[in-house]
Amino acid sequence: MLAFIIQRLAQSILVMLVVGLISFSLFQFVGDPVNNMVGQEATIEQREALREKLGLNDPIPVRFIKWVGLAVQGDFGLSYRMGMPVADLIAQRLPATLELVALSAVMALAIGVPMGVYTGLHRHAWLSKVFLTVSLIGISIPTFLIGILMILFFGVWLGWLPTFGRRGLVDLGGWETSFLTLEGWSYIIMPAFTLALFQLTLIMRLVRAEMLEVLRTDFIKFARARGLKSRSINFGHALKNTLVPVITIMGLQIGSLLAFSIITETVFQWPGMGLLIIQGIQFVDIPIMSSYLVLIALFFVVINLIVDLLYYAVDPRLRVERTAGGAH
Amino acid sequence: MTAVLDVQGLTVEFPTRRGTLTAVDHISFSIGEGEVLGVVGESGAGKSLTGTAVIGLLEPPGRIAAGEVRLAGKRIDNLAYEELRRIRGREIGMVFQDPLTSLNPLYTVGRQLMETIRTHTDMGEKAARDRAIEMLAEVGIPEPRRRIDQYPHQFSGGMRQRVVIAIALLARPRLIIADEPTTALDVTIQSQILKLMRQQIAEKGASMILITHDLAVVSEMADHITVLYCGKVVERGRTRELIETPAHPYTRGLIDSIPDTAHRHDRLRQIPGSIPDIRNLPTGCNFRDRCPRAQALCAEREPDLARQHATLWAACHFPLKPGETA
Amino acid sequence: MSAPVEPGTMARSSMSLPRTTDVLRRFFDGDVFYSFSRSPLTMLAFVTTLAFFVAAIFAPWLAPHDTSDIASLDLMNAFKTPVWGEYGDPAFPLGTDDQGRDVLSSIMFGLRISLLVGFAAVILAAVFGTLMGLISGYVGGVVDSVIMRIADIQLTFPAILIALMFDGIVRSVLTTEMAREFKMTSLILAIAASQWVNFARTVRGSTMVEKNKEYVQAARLIGIHPMKIMLRHVLPNVTGPVLVIGTLSLAIAILTEATLSFLGVGVPVTNPSLGTLIRIGNDFLFSGEWWMTIFPGVTLVVLVLAVNLLGDWLRDALNPKLR
Repeated sequence: MLAFIIQRLAQSILVMLVVGLISFSLFQFVGDPVNNMVGQEATIEQREALREKLGLNDPIPVRFIKWVGLAVQGDFGLSYRMGMPVADLIAQRLPATLELVALSAVMALAIGVPMGVYTGLHRHAWLSKVFLTVSLIGISIPTFLIGILMILFFGVWLGWLPTFGRRGLVDLGGWETSFLTLEGWSYIIMPAFTLALFQLTLIMRLVRAEMLEVLRTDFIKFARARGLKSRSINFGHALKNTLVPVITIMGLQIGSLLAFSIITETVFQWPGMGLLIIQGIQFVDIPIMSSYLVLIALFFVVINLIVDLLYYAVDPRLRVERTAGGAH
Repeated sequence: MTAVLDVQGLTVEFPTRRGTLTAVDHISFSIGEGEVLGVVGESGAGKSLTGTAVIGLLEPPGRIAAGEVRLAGKRIDNLAYEELRRIRGREIGMVFQDPLTSLNPLYTVGRQLMETIRTHTDMGEKAARDRAIEMLAEVGIPEPRRRIDQYPHQFSGGMRQRVVIAIALLARPRLIIADEPTTALDVTIQSQILKLMRQQIAEKGASMILITHDLAVVSEMADHITVLYCGKVVERGRTRELIETPAHPYTRGLIDSIPDTAHRHDRLRQIPGSIPDIRNLPTGCNFRDRCPRAQALCAEREPDLARQHATLWAACHFPLKPGETA
Repeated sequence: MSAPVEPGTMARSSMSLPRTTDVLRRFFDGDVFYSFSRSPLTMLAFVTTLAFFVAAIFAPWLAPHDTSDIASLDLMNAFKTPVWGEYGDPAFPLGTDDQGRDVLSSIMFGLRISLLVGFAAVILAAVFGTLMGLISGYVGGVVDSVIMRIADIQLTFPAILIALMFDGIVRSVLTTEMAREFKMTSLILAIAASQWVNFARTVRGSTMVEKNKEYVQAARLIGIHPMKIMLRHVLPNVTGPVLVIGTLSLAIAILTEATLSFLGVGVPVTNPSLGTLIRIGNDFLFSGEWWMTIFPGVTLVVLVLAVNLLGDWLRDALNPKLR
């Protein structure tokens, strides 16, 4: 098991280095950072001084090592547009996005898994057909349109929920959270649901497909032949066997949630990283773009490590070393 | 004496878009207490479906279209799912073909044994565990106390089949249905498993239906044999009689294709052709295309099961006389 | 065997050169058509998709107004409600936008852009992905590891994000004018770049299965390049899955394009797609001019839903296990 974790860690580091390289290339070769930082009227000397100061005259490998060294410390330089350290900007925006993504993931799982189990067990029930149809509509509506429609319905017509922004925060030592006040919840619930809807339908369909697959296996047939209760077969035996693929997809989808938070945050003017990056892209703010890339990759790597550990918890075939079954 | 299991006119159908397929066609058999019935046939003959139909686990859209199944005189084919569930595992134990896939890979062997006991009895955790260990020991698993907490993948194929047999025998059922229990195993392990099963059912006074394609296996194990072809019984009788003086050319063909160490220099004989598609059965006798004795009558009329001699019944217009070869 | 030709070989040789009528008969008799004819929803989806295609392709002739002709716009016509509304005008059945553009015509031209971008991106992704999958599965070893690792890493980054980054890079590399000119191409490339992985994985799987089959080994023995024989056998095998992935990818590509356009980094405003129309309309949503957003929105959803339904049905119809 230790060997496996070490191997996974090595892989993760490799992934981070590759993404780092892409990120660094963005930094170094795309556009001219100096052009972006000084005005049109700057003299050649001023530009050259800045080049020297930014270390742009060093050989490329040296610059990459320096860049990695700084990146590891969380230093991605200054935003071209805002002139502030990128790290500060991100630190400011991170809690908003993480809370949004976390709440969405919980919603997606808490609603998607039961719906998937139901539709898998009762393939021909009318409610399953309703769920499947709704889920198909769910994956066919773009996230931004869902957001717009929700704002129109709950915000404008019914007037129940605020339509944009993030308020009602409680400061927990530098981390401002929405979850401790009713007002905070009223602001986060709509964007979170908007973000969750697509994942929810995805999880539902995945769980359904896996349930159908597992229910056909021999060990389920044998479990029936043993006279086990349906509940124990469906939820004990079948559902547990669907967990591995669900965990995998959920791990992969965290990246997706972060990306789609860009759209949700734009629609709801949610002051998170998504809003930061979309402005960064619009203004070609390279330090923001490249640090965002690295951050997403970091999330991915961490989530994947967690996923690997969850595999160990779920599947004994990975946990225990294969023993040659002894004499017959 | 009431038979442990009595099946009359069992018919299994699959509705498909191109008409209804009859996969099991009016099969009847019965098993007395402590008896072993061998059900033999090529794959696709409807053997496994018969077994699954008896315990009410046909996969939809398959369904029992006709017939009755009685367990110790009580009809079980029309029971509700929940009532039949209490019988499965309690009164009828089942052993499937592939021990590698019969057990849930995510749970320990012990848990799967114990949940079976506890579903059918009010045994507590501790008692169930003791019983499970005892049962593992009975089926010949060494170090049951240690092995009980291991996962299926830590057992070899033969050991896993022993676990499956242990589960089937746990609740001391009256009847075991074993569907190709040794097909997936190595030859040397096959005989060990067969020996174990014979010994266990004798000890517990249970009856057994042994479903297999292997006539050699049933001839060693069974008291009676029923031969299926295309979903129909073509011959049945006491094992000795059926093996020594079969009346149906198909049974003869099956016997001749058993490798025989006594006549090792003879060329192994085989039945020509292959089993017809049940979607497209020939008229008259289903076997006539492959039968060396087929005549015009065989294409016109389907033979009925008729008594040949002593206990032997066969469905053939031109049955073999004792000593005659096909 | 000597002189008389076995009837079996005759039948087989005529099988290898099927006539069109045979192909058609087999199609209409086959399971795929059967499942199609049994599913009214699928037929509805098919008809809807077809209708949208016709509307998009023939927009210049079918649309009541030419929305690209700025000279024809009249601000007097701005903010007209749909025809059944208070300020309805039969000339503009679905109302007009802030500049007096006919919403129906805008949708038809927008559909054209959305479908064009979607199709181009999916075809590009399918071709590139299939090629990568073939190479990865066939060559194996280091090449396979590298390609699949790239695919893995890329899967981390969802389509939207890749497309966004791609767009950002293109804009920083090219000058503003050039970027505007290549906008459409870069958008198609960006979406294609985000979609190739699924194709590559599926094709790789099939290739690896096929590669170990005996006939491929045999081909090597008799001196035919295995790649050649594999192409002939692998490609037909993956047609089904690729078609399914392609259909579902088309839905995703259309959604991605709409999303990017909504975020303002998609197609240029001079050639608005459905996403652009929704974004423009969104500015007027709260002041009550809902038709500018809702109609393009509904069109987009119905289109994607129809394509998804087709893809779902195709997947089930081609996968006998699920029937």
